[in-house]
Amino acid sequence: MSNIQKAFADKKAFIPFLTAGDPNLDKTYEYILQLEKAGAALIEIGIPFSDPIAEGPVIQAANVRALSAGCTTDKVFDMVGKVRQKTDIPLVFLTYLNPVFKYGYERFCARCKEAGIDGLIIPDMPFEEKGELKEIARKYDVDIISLIAPTSKERIETIAKDADGYIYVVSSMGVTGVRSEIKTNVKEIVSHIKAVTDVPVAIGFGINTRAQVQEFWQYADGVIVGSAIVKLIEKYGENAADAIGDYIHQMIS
Amino acid sequence: MSKGRYGIHGGQYIPETLMNEIHNLEEQYEHYKKDPEFNAELQKLLEEYAGRPSLLYYAKKMTEDLGGAKIYFKREDLNHTGSHKINNVLGQALLAKKMGKTRIIAETGAGQHGVATATAAALLGLECEIFMGKEDTIRQALNVYRMQLLGAKVNAVESGTATLKDAVNECMREWTKRVDDTLYVLGSVMGPHPFPMIVRDFQSVISREARAQILKAEGKLPDVVMACVGGGSNAMGMFYEFIKDESVRLIGCEAAGKGVDTDRTAATIAVGTEGIFHGMKSYFCQDEYGQIAPVYSISAGLDYPGIGPEHAHLHDIGRAEYVPVTDDEAVAAFEYIARTEGIIAAIESSHAVAHLLKLAPTMSKDQIIICCLSGRGDKDVAAIARYKGVDLHE
Repeated sequence: MSNIQKAFADKKAFIPFLTAGDPNLDKTYEYILQLEKAGAALIEIGIPFSDPIAEGPVIQAANVRALSAGCTTDKVFDMVGKVRQKTDIPLVFLTYLNPVFKYGYERFCARCKEAGIDGLIIPDMPFEEKGELKEIARKYDVDIISLIAPTSKERIETIAKDADGYIYVVSSMGVTGVRSEIKTNVKEIVSHIKAVTDVPVAIGFGINTRAQVQEFWQYADGVIVGSAIVKLIEKYGENAADAIGDYIHQMIS
Repeated sequence: MSKGRYGIHGGQYIPETLMNEIHNLEEQYEHYKKDPEFNAELQKLLEEYAGRPSLLYYAKKMTEDLGGAKIYFKREDLNHTGSHKINNVLGQALLAKKMGKTRIIAETGAGQHGVATATAAALLGLECEIFMGKEDTIRQALNVYRMQLLGAKVNAVESGTATLKDAVNECMREWTKRVDDTLYVLGSVMGPHPFPMIVRDFQSVISREARAQILKAEGKLPDVVMACVGGGSNAMGMFYEFIKDESVRLIGCEAAGKGVDTDRTAATIAVGTEGIFHGMKSYFCQDEYGQIAPVYSISAGLDYPGIGPEHAHLHDIGRAEYVPVTDDEAVAAFEYIARTEGIIAAIESSHAVAHLLKLAPTMSKDQIIICCLSGRGDKDVAAIARYKGVDLHE
């Protein structure tokens, strides 16, 4: 069983996201451990990028804060290495293809393995383009997490059959960010995926209430919450640990 | 590997949310580009509305003054809306209409593509929203008002560097929110396939006309064809039909800003490296970690950190040359062509004119240069005055 599969093994998974280096990498280290303590099953860590085209304003701003504070890919790897000495929780990077490409696919994946990163989410690498990275990632036991969107339709089967780790179902059209209501028929998409693969399914984009978490847990294996947590970090800066812990308790209890 | 490759460049590096729509666009375009009715409608618009064919003008005074090659200008500045952008926009807006879309969105740098898109939307009865960097809305305030006059909604983009690249980001984000009724009318030969191909096809009318015009006027092909390059749409249009003519040198003029040895530049081929951004693999100005660099040029239309994938390929195989031109050189050329030929050319096009001023005297009198004047410079007059320290009391 891969480390990622463990996150979905015996319970529904709560998957928080935060941007590395926001407000600084020491705090990211602390907040990751806090997220685990509060009940996260897997943690998604954003490597900041100058032009995150799939992100809404909240996570865009976190990227700006992290880069302005001097966060780099190398420093993120160092931070993750330290986290790994403290915990076995599955860790997944979310970043854009250019930082990975520029770092070198081979070098990037090798460092992922060395630091203890289990998977990679790249929003601007659709199924058609994953060929250039897939084999290298597999060589280093890094799962490429596939995304499925409300518009995927007949693509669902192709993507799901080739998926590793877990499948990230994008709940809504547009970019990341808190939404009061999710209108897409997510349930139908999830059942379509479940019909063709056993790879766990996690739903993200717009989720920020306990009711949404409970609803999606009824038919998916996990929920991903990003902007709501990043907002707390934006608000409390270096003193966000308690707020993050309280928020997660409230979401999953 | 996906479709839409130019050597190693190109591809479709976009979020999953857009993939079905981008495939739909590709299918629809392949269908309509062979449809006689579509082509007849587009041709009619180009001739009767945009004013094509554009003139191929022999610049006698400049030729004599520079004392070298014969200089011709392809006058895209005389098109309706004042630049080459209308060629592509009429094609894409008509395509949008055929596809059943009711709304078009577009990014703009200098405002030329935004104005062209707003114009086509007004004409064809489409809703229109333009995304423009906040910095550019200040540099090109008149164009913002123009777009509003034409009925478009203009969104000032404040994220990132608040220039063209950020306008593209925001436009892509907007498209992922609303694909059903909306077509993203991309303004340059960039982005995910099929955009570099669609825009190149619609812009290739420039070289199709120019090639026939020069053969008629001179009975032979030109020695040099040149144009300014940001994303590269007027250059691609100016080059395309000449690519097969191996004797013709193709020269793209990039915006070097304060110089390629400074960090205030936008000359992608000169200082960029291979990367993947805005849906395509190509060359980009970026740092060692792949963070896209803030670029700079006096010209809002060339102030872009990448270049279209077909240009990247033409560079790789040595078919086209790309040269950097600084702000100072472009402004000097802007003034020179105004005084010498009575043409106020866009500051973007003035980058090509600047290189022409260096190149023409080194060539012989029986040689020919065609330079694309991609746009008119009325929009730039205030900025040039500011650059020269002139207070206009607007």
